[in-house]
Amino acid sequence: MINQVYRLVSPRQFEITYKDKSIISNKVVIRPTNLSICAADQRYYTGTRGKEAMKKKLPMALIHEGVGEVVFDPTGKVKIGTKVVMVPNTPSETNPYIAENYLRTSKFRSSGYDGFMQDYVFLDHDRIVELPDGIDMNVAAFTELVTIAVHAISRFEKKAHPQRETFGVWGDGNLGFITCLLLKKLYPNSKVIIFGKTDYKLNHFSFVDEALKIDEIPEQLTVDHAVECAGGKGSQYAIEQIIDHINPEGIICLLGVSEYPVEVNTRMVLEKGLTLLGSSRSGATDFQRTINIYKEHPEIVEYLGTLIGHVFDVTKINDATTAFESDLSDSWGKTVMRWMI
Amino acid sequence: MIYAGILAGGKGTRMGNVPMPKQFLLLNDKPIIVHTIEKFILNDRFEKIIIATPKEWINHTLDILKKYKIDLPNVEVIVGGSDRNGTIMKIVDFIESNNESNTNDVLVTHDAVRPFLTHRIIQQNIDEAIEYGSVDTVIEAIDTIVESEDNEFISSIPRRDHMYQGQTPQSFNINKLKQLYGELTDHEKTILTDACKIFSIKGEKVKLVQGEIFNIKITTPYDLNVANAIIKGSLDK
Repeated sequence: MINQVYRLVSPRQFEITYKDKSIISNKVVIRPTNLSICAADQRYYTGTRGKEAMKKKLPMALIHEGVGEVVFDPTGKVKIGTKVVMVPNTPSETNPYIAENYLRTSKFRSSGYDGFMQDYVFLDHDRIVELPDGIDMNVAAFTELVTIAVHAISRFEKKAHPQRETFGVWGDGNLGFITCLLLKKLYPNSKVIIFGKTDYKLNHFSFVDEALKIDEIPEQLTVDHAVECAGGKGSQYAIEQIIDHINPEGIICLLGVSEYPVEVNTRMVLEKGLTLLGSSRSGATDFQRTINIYKEHPEIVEYLGTLIGHVFDVTKINDATTAFESDLSDSWGKTVMRWMI
Repeated sequence: MIYAGILAGGKGTRMGNVPMPKQFLLLNDKPIIVHTIEKFILNDRFEKIIIATPKEWINHTLDILKKYKIDLPNVEVIVGGSDRNGTIMKIVDFIESNNESNTNDVLVTHDAVRPFLTHRIIQQNIDEAIEYGSVDTVIEAIDTIVESEDNEFISSIPRRDHMYQGQTPQSFNINKLKQLYGELTDHEKTILTDACKIFSIKGEKVKLVQGEIFNIKITTPYDLNVANAIIKGSLDK
């Protein structure tokens, strides 16, 4: 079969390439149906990844957040029509201690390896997770983003001391929203505080115990553990505030990506005995846990629905360009492409 | 029910000296027809995929389906007719004799030698055929179309923005197709080589579905070179 792959060839320019794939293999064939745009995709789309990275990684199909339907399984294990979320991390080895998303040999879609903007996607069986019946596919589209928070929380759970009365989340963007939501549902007895900059964004966090603006934090306020979801230049200021307000022996989960080196007040990290816990991406087990959480707390999916900003029907390449351009001017929420190309 | 009819009736006359009908020639080391059928197998809306091929090539077709392991229960091979419409009607007969027919049944016909079609083109063919009864896949005319009735001088130059180039799939409500075809005289049958033209000439609306410029028909050695180049040029990663 000739599979159309819609690749970014240079900033703001997609082109179709054609790859010969056999449908008879050990892989499941998925028709992508709903794809969501991530900030990382936008860094490639706009060319802000820098010349070197662009040269090395393009041409490449973007998008690593997406869901679809199984259209063919040569092994007959998965029923045709099953709705699934696709796992973008593709490991080529296993390690008993190191998670698949940290193995240097793993390939990650839409980062040097074709993403989901294709006519059909071919995946190993362990790279798909079945979605709950009747789930809103536009919400399910950005499940991968939810797995990032789930992954960070799972790592936190393995390493943090059990005193978890107060969580502080810095960053009022999409990831901050998702992290707060998960913490509140997984730890209903803990206090969750969101620290942000923008009033209209903080207004979305209806489920947290407290929403504070970063220039109005009471001096005496403390948190047991903190999650940094600011990213970019904001990471440094967020980490600085966290170190000031976190209790000794707390964990600081670092989730925000910054293109630049960030200064950290190590003196206070030492003095308070803090742990900085970095995490990036996620693996198949995080997807499975996320889907289990969706099933146990269906209201999470409803809350996530409030993140959907724009939904675009994409039947031709220009529609994808329109979706990416529109997403750039959105300061809040997720852009979803209904993949009808 | 939705059916796919793969028209593999060509005997390769336009391919010059090649020893085989064009649908069996290799595109990136795989017969063109296999590429095409695989794309149809991936659409689960089809009840059956029926391949119509010349009688003497039936066994060869079955052999390659087996070789590429796509001899699936929903893939059938039948003998085609003497011309394009005759082949389509053979497919219709096959469907009717093997399945319970329904007034809403749709047949998506496609040239075996157009392996570059996309999921969207198939989906829109099905959806529009259900709604309108007949569908033609087209792209906007690229070159100016010049008409000459005597093959020597221009008789007219139609407005280019009104001109389209026909591709496939062409899709039909099976009942309607059968009815209209049955009303044709033998003479009409010999001139009306295009099934959409039957609908159009009988005053039926034929809905246009946007094709793709790359949905090429591989009918000459040049086309085959182009098709191979398109794929090989994409094998960078």
